[in-house]
Amino acid sequence: MTTSKLGPVNNWEDDFDILDGAYLNNPFEIWDHLRNSCPIAHSNRRGSNWLPTTYEDVTKIAHDVATFSSTQVLVIPFIESQSFSYENINPEVLGYGAPPITADPPLHTWTRRLILPWFSHKKVSEYEPLTQAICKKLIDKFSKRTTIDGATEYAQQIPVRVISHILGVPEDMTDIFTTWVRDFLEFADNSLNRFNSIREIVLYLIGVIEERKILLSKGQHLDDMISFLIQEQKNNPEINDAIVLGMSILLLIAGIDTTWSAIGSALWHLGKNPHDLLMLKQQPEIMDTAVEEILRAYSPVTMARVVTKDTEFNGCPMKQGEKVLMNFPAANRDPKVFENPETVDLKRKINRHVAFGSGIHRCGGANLARMELKMAISTFIDNLPNFMVDNDDDVVWAGGQVRGPRKLPLKFIK
Amino acid sequence: MKIRVDESKCQGHSRCYIIAPELFEVDDYGYSHSRFGTDIPTDLEEKARLACENCPEFAIEIAD
Repeated sequence: MTTSKLGPVNNWEDDFDILDGAYLNNPFEIWDHLRNSCPIAHSNRRGSNWLPTTYEDVTKIAHDVATFSSTQVLVIPFIESQSFSYENINPEVLGYGAPPITADPPLHTWTRRLILPWFSHKKVSEYEPLTQAICKKLIDKFSKRTTIDGATEYAQQIPVRVISHILGVPEDMTDIFTTWVRDFLEFADNSLNRFNSIREIVLYLIGVIEERKILLSKGQHLDDMISFLIQEQKNNPEINDAIVLGMSILLLIAGIDTTWSAIGSALWHLGKNPHDLLMLKQQPEIMDTAVEEILRAYSPVTMARVVTKDTEFNGCPMKQGEKVLMNFPAANRDPKVFENPETVDLKRKINRHVAFGSGIHRCGGANLARMELKMAISTFIDNLPNFMVDNDDDVVWAGGQVRGPRKLPLKFIK
Repeated sequence: MKIRVDESKCQGHSRCYIIAPELFEVDDYGYSHSRFGTDIPTDLEEKARLACENCPEFAIEIAD
């Protein structure tokens, strides 16, 4: 088992590390332990951070946006060093962060309203055939083989292609996008790579935005999301270039390894639990509850909040500037809210999970994520109905900000 | 049975719409409304209960 660069954790209550190997592989036992002993853990690793573990605490914090701001949502602080150079990037172009995810009201409110219609049920259903075709094409590449890596050859490939389509950027960029996003979110302990990745993303998107502006000024009709934001600048002067860039960064980053992680966890679960796989094949009508249950049991995303003023929360003295890690995955395993939370029940009827967050920052792309997850699972089991995890010891889990399998050996049974 | 979606609580999770599209409609922003106003048909009562019990924002109120 790996330890993080900050050394092994001996005490989860006041020295937790979400990049510790034990936390990556099996955070569930740690959360259960903390829920009984704490229930809000603290750590001075990577700054002063709090880690709530109950449904009540996590959702309360999520709803108090005045005390718990979204202006710092990264779990691992972004350490900037003077030795890094922004090169051609004027720091002001990032002055608004990546709204609405890194914003509080009022910036959050109006930037969110701009993008939500792009992820409405109606709009998302338009991407269904494309998503299915992407899944089928990936499967066709490996369907004759006996083993695959379900993470890198399938799960990882789907959301990045769909979002590339929505943003109107070429599909041949998908591997590069994936590398950037992983360097930024997953390998966050490597600050040089992390810095370079965000710089590459910014430079790339600045180029895309400039190119779109030129085409639009020549009267060309463009119906991608970045072009939409550019065209909206005419109607709303608040949408300055930094907002367009920040929102584009968010759209590129947010939907890639989050959804990919959920797809990978779904395949891992089905590859480990033949009864569930069989049930889903025989009763495709349970797909809706199955997807919600997979999202509950294997919630990928932990965002952060920053404390805006000294406050006492459930007995914890939280100081201005400290961070709270929004442990939605642990909230979704709270036995006070979920009956037998450790049991994955694909027909679970009552499932008030908060995998997409809670309160005003509810994931804007939730409908898209659900659709991709359903399409990825159903296309896979329709075409390759008999599969199992080849060797669970070879599965590699990533955690921290986004949890999911990064290597998932699957074998097909003919 | 009577139903109300509290607009101040709804955050557009769409869980109610997924469970009972015949009972709820959602707008482009994800916000949910009852298609029938407050009084809902008897045959949809069970689904209304399920939607209420699955809403992550506790935004759906029902009264028998």
